[in-house]
Amino acid sequence: MHLMILPILIPLFFGAMLTVLHGLSIKDQRGLSLLAASAQVVVAIILLQQASSGDYSVYQLGNWQAPFGIVLVLDQLSALMLVMISTLSVFCVAYATTGRKQSHDQAGAHFHALIQFQLLGLNGAVLTGDMFNLFVFFEILLIASYALLLHGGGRTRSRAGLRYVIINLVGSALFLIALGVLYGITGTLNMADMALRINALPASELPFVHAAGALLLIVFGIKAALLPLLFWLPRAYAAAAAPIAALFAIMTKIGIYAIIRVFYLVFHGDAGLNEQIFQWLWPLALATLAFGAVGALGAWSLRGLTAWMVIVSVGTLLASIAQYSQPSLAAALFYLLHTTLLTAVFFLLADIFHHYRPGPRDYFVTGPRSQDRVLLGGLFFTAAVAFAGLPPLSGFISKFWILQSTSAPWAYALFWPILLISSLIIIIALSRGGSALLWRQNKQPATTARAPVLATGVVVTMLFGSLLLSVFAQPIMDYTQNTAAQILAPERYIHAVLGGLADANH
Amino acid sequence: MEVLVAILLGVLTASGVFLILRARTFSVVLGLTLLSHAVNLFLFSMGRLHTNAPAVIGEAAQHADPLPQALVLTAIVIGFAMTAFVVVLALRSVLELKNDHVDGVNKNEEPI
Repeated sequence: MHLMILPILIPLFFGAMLTVLHGLSIKDQRGLSLLAASAQVVVAIILLQQASSGDYSVYQLGNWQAPFGIVLVLDQLSALMLVMISTLSVFCVAYATTGRKQSHDQAGAHFHALIQFQLLGLNGAVLTGDMFNLFVFFEILLIASYALLLHGGGRTRSRAGLRYVIINLVGSALFLIALGVLYGITGTLNMADMALRINALPASELPFVHAAGALLLIVFGIKAALLPLLFWLPRAYAAAAAPIAALFAIMTKIGIYAIIRVFYLVFHGDAGLNEQIFQWLWPLALATLAFGAVGALGAWSLRGLTAWMVIVSVGTLLASIAQYSQPSLAAALFYLLHTTLLTAVFFLLADIFHHYRPGPRDYFVTGPRSQDRVLLGGLFFTAAVAFAGLPPLSGFISKFWILQSTSAPWAYALFWPILLISSLIIIIALSRGGSALLWRQNKQPATTARAPVLATGVVVTMLFGSLLLSVFAQPIMDYTQNTAAQILAPERYIHAVLGGLADANH
Repeated sequence: MEVLVAILLGVLTASGVFLILRARTFSVVLGLTLLSHAVNLFLFSMGRLHTNAPAVIGEAAQHADPLPQALVLTAIVIGFAMTAFVVVLALRSVLELKNDHVDGVNKNEEPI
């Protein structure tokens, strides 16, 4: 019954404990952090099973009846996001215990506490059923991410961090303005109640709601890195420490989650507000996709390339979401799992290359010969095959499904060529990067530098996850299809949250 | 009163946006502060403007909506923390990058 609040309470408790007990030895901190992360995985999997029946679970905080109190709502989409967040966090925490001179988690203070607070924000954002609460959880995850981005210090991080913080503060201000408008018009903050009331609004009030929706698209576009708002991303993600960048792979997806939640639920009504928003989202998403591919060609380090690949995947996802149909939404959710995993793998892989090439790091320049070339090449090749979308790994299935799910002729004409050509460009960019990293070697004797076994092990396990995604594609696809059907039936969500009140209002 | 508040909001927002678009971190921080003031006032006025109306039911004939006041309180706390953080970050980047440009460009630095 109270299980639903655990994804918020566990990181809150452990984060607070790790902050207070900052004098603990690094071993104990790691133990607590890993314990908290694994506990969240267990809870998330139980919640996933609970949600997979198709029922909604509603948790009323303080037992205040919705829409007066804040509610947490668990549906298949939130359960899927919870599992993805917690699983990735375990990998990131495990990877952070490795390092070169010092491990990643010792490069600055409070690493594990910050990771837990970040998870608190992420988990809360996907569970909440209240708009203002969504804002609060966004702020929590952003505050933690500011500190994590700067973790380890250095000039590049300060520079990237300053921009990242400023653009997100502006985003938060816009978020509050949009919430103010929505509250002023509808008089509620509960998502389900707001959806009902927007439906009942007179036509004269709709332009205000439309403006608020457009503002929300800008806010979530900043988080998700939609084209005119993405310029903070490549530098910020490339500057962050590897395990943190890998965790940040989730952050753009939270923006996408918020877009799905708000525009498929709150703005779903007959007035066609969401379709007006999607008319903006569709071309911007396609432009993001194309722009990301061009940016990937211009990258000069593996971290930079990965950051641009994040943008490509955001473009693909948003273009699928903007089509507003069940097949493309289901395909997008499957692709979401795949791409989050793979971009995280690439951020960690860049750090592995840093281990093997102490001088040139992961920059695409001539470097010393390494003695583990087969291992390095194998890892890079597998990850590249998986990301670029070649069989047999999850990239192929997810991209194929996304292409297949396009139904409208206008979508065919634009989406297919742009997605296929940008995939080709990504393959070119990856082979350019791979040949520079693996084959462009100087005449010096082979270095003995090596990555820690644990670090390589984490990356191998994550790549194995990509294989699992394609082996168990059928059950996962069934799940995402049910999820998409559930998202496209917002009246069931409203009924689950408001109960009898929903019927009374109609 | 509505007109006055609307003009005030407009002036605050416009000055905030103007300052945010400046190149030096100090003006950007000031701009963010002004913008957050504007946002707080805006949120507050979304409960509609009343005079002599307490936010308690039954105390007077007319009562104000208490929820926006609670929201503003949250927004002020978050905004204050963020401003403090961005000030520290701006100071740190001045020290590390040896200039206060938001792009932090320094000719003697290696490219990223």
